[in-house]
Amino acid sequence: MTLSVVFAILFYAAALLLIGGLARKIMVYSRTPAPLKIPTTPAPTTKSGVVWRMTKEVTVFQSLFKSNKWIWLFGWVFHVALALVLLRHLRYFQEPVWTVVTLIQPFGKYAAFAMLIGLGGLWARRFLVDRVRYITNLSDHLMLALLVAIGLSGLGIKYLAHTDIVALKTYMLGLLYFDLQPLPSDGFVLLHLSLVIILMVIFPISKLLHVPGLFFMPTRNQVDNPREVRHTAGWTAE
Amino acid sequence: MAADFDTPELFNNIEIIDTPKYEADTMAHSSPYVAKAVHNEKLGFPGELVDNWEQKAVSRLGELVDGSRALRTFLDSCVKCGACTDKCHYYLGTKDPKNMPVARQDLLRSIYRRYYTVSGKYFPKLVGARDMDKSVLDEWYSYFHQCSQCRRCSVFCPYGIDTAEISMAARDIMDTVGKGQKYCNEILGKLQTVGNNLGLPKPALLDTLEGLEEEVEEDTGVAVKYPLDVKGADVLLITPSADFFAEPHIDGLIGYGKVFHQAGISWTLSSYASEAANFSMFIGSGDNLKKVAQRIRDAAEELGVKRIIVGECGHAWRVAYSFWNTLIGPFDFLDPRYPAPQHIVEFTYDLIQRGALNLDKEANDHRRITFHDSCNVARASRMGNIPGGQFILPRALIKASANHFFDMAPETIHENTFCCGGGGGLLTDDLLELRIKGAMPRMQALKQVVDEHNVNSMVAICAICKAQFNKALPAYQFPMDMITSLHQVVGDAIQLGTKD
Repeated sequence: MTLSVVFAILFYAAALLLIGGLARKIMVYSRTPAPLKIPTTPAPTTKSGVVWRMTKEVTVFQSLFKSNKWIWLFGWVFHVALALVLLRHLRYFQEPVWTVVTLIQPFGKYAAFAMLIGLGGLWARRFLVDRVRYITNLSDHLMLALLVAIGLSGLGIKYLAHTDIVALKTYMLGLLYFDLQPLPSDGFVLLHLSLVIILMVIFPISKLLHVPGLFFMPTRNQVDNPREVRHTAGWTAE
Repeated sequence: MAADFDTPELFNNIEIIDTPKYEADTMAHSSPYVAKAVHNEKLGFPGELVDNWEQKAVSRLGELVDGSRALRTFLDSCVKCGACTDKCHYYLGTKDPKNMPVARQDLLRSIYRRYYTVSGKYFPKLVGARDMDKSVLDEWYSYFHQCSQCRRCSVFCPYGIDTAEISMAARDIMDTVGKGQKYCNEILGKLQTVGNNLGLPKPALLDTLEGLEEEVEEDTGVAVKYPLDVKGADVLLITPSADFFAEPHIDGLIGYGKVFHQAGISWTLSSYASEAANFSMFIGSGDNLKKVAQRIRDAAEELGVKRIIVGECGHAWRVAYSFWNTLIGPFDFLDPRYPAPQHIVEFTYDLIQRGALNLDKEANDHRRITFHDSCNVARASRMGNIPGGQFILPRALIKASANHFFDMAPETIHENTFCCGGGGGLLTDDLLELRIKGAMPRMQALKQVVDEHNVNSMVAICAICKAQFNKALPAYQFPMDMITSLHQVVGDAIQLGTKD
């Protein structure tokens, strides 16, 4: 029961840091002015054009596809697989489970492997491509190590040492409803959960800020209409 | 002067650009002359490196980040994916890894991290954060003057991170603590005192323009006017001052005059605003950007014109197209039927569409032409009403004026274009090695169309490109006079006297 309490506290703290940290960053981004029009051309000349441009960037990584097919392949596979895996995990936090979540379960299982392949490819580049090795910081390796470890420990629960998944779900639902339940104390489960907690904590202070950041990039989200609409903000509004 | 160096070799096969393995510090020795105190002070910066410049630099960085959403998101969001690492012409030409866009950004990002992020404050080693010290400043001075702010990296970054913005911020910080670059700051000073970058006073301008009128009349038998300070003209033409005397720029100016003449539109240049360029952008100085732009509005109001048209200059067009309305607008005193400002290419294109010009393509039959998309036009501005109009319109002008046109390889044109290597305030002899090496990718693509199509003329619409290619072409064994103004091609095709 001590373990259940400790993890409950850690989860609540991590959730607060994650949500609070991200909310703060998003607030800072939206309050920071963009004084000049700087979209990278050829840029859309309408708002709906910008929405379409951003949609392509977010879903199929359009610019990255143009820049480097290997990074695109590994990066895109990783992100899509991660999305599937996250959706699949919703079933541990829902009762009843959404139909969509039920439907993707079979794909979600394979997605874990795809995610690891994507991460492996990205990590390999950090050793094999001299230019990418040059720009890599220790934190870049640690981030990949963390994600890989989360994936592997998750697969460990699934394929090596099954846990009492019903009890685990009861614990998670308990966390959501502030009704503490016992946590199954299997090795892979504790490892998996600990690593996820670490990821939640570092998210708002790491390069994972590219997730909210992407939506605020003036080079991508500005409409190319400076002659038609007078734009002022920050020092250009003074 | 620059030390001796080897010009990169061009390859014969079609594989346009070979990504080199990096060789650390090949360009560590390259940095421009430092500005004298008098040049810095004229622009509102301290003359020399101030006391406690470390703190001042760090706090200026904080101010800039607070004032620019671009800078803040760019510094936070990079994941070091590496997509940009082979995209900078300076990296491809010099092999110096600090010329990879992400590595150049990291020169500034490492300081931002150290002083403004949790991870950098507590775990500097982990995230590559550094203290601000003299070695950092020297590195900034060297490598932020090896960026032509061409934005090619921004096209290829999955998030659109733009190293130009980061290099502008770094230069602003250096100016703020008293370490300015001579070339840019001296030029901005001349602009303030005389009205143009070259320091040409009004009598010299008048003399030049009269000379042009005589020359054109001698060549064509038609009295084409090149007017200065004419009140009540319809059009104010703002063009880079290089157009008044440098080759091949001046041939472009001759072409503009022929276009105006045949279209029968009254126009004028201004001796007060005899410069389209605005080097304030290169040094990231908002105050100066606005002040320099304001001259143009003042001149337009003083002369009472109805339209403002910008000549062939890349960054000037970026400033005009993207920033003028913000900085010195609204332009409600101009004729609302035309975009304000308008590019000379848009202007000529419209005339051609309306049949207002008689063009004889055969007049350019001795030219086999390719087109160099200038970076600031290609990646930071637009022409016409559609996205990508800046690629379509100049080519349409060439094709309307000449029979032989050949584009360079697709990965090196349009938004993928390679910079000439001299933009962003680097067009100075003390950076010649960088300029020549940085031109390599463009020269490689040019060689392909020369080999395959016997191209003998590369047209550009940027004063800096034209001046830079004057130096770069001979270094790569191409004839210097290959570089041609777009409006020279148009001007040569115009059948003067057929529309009077």
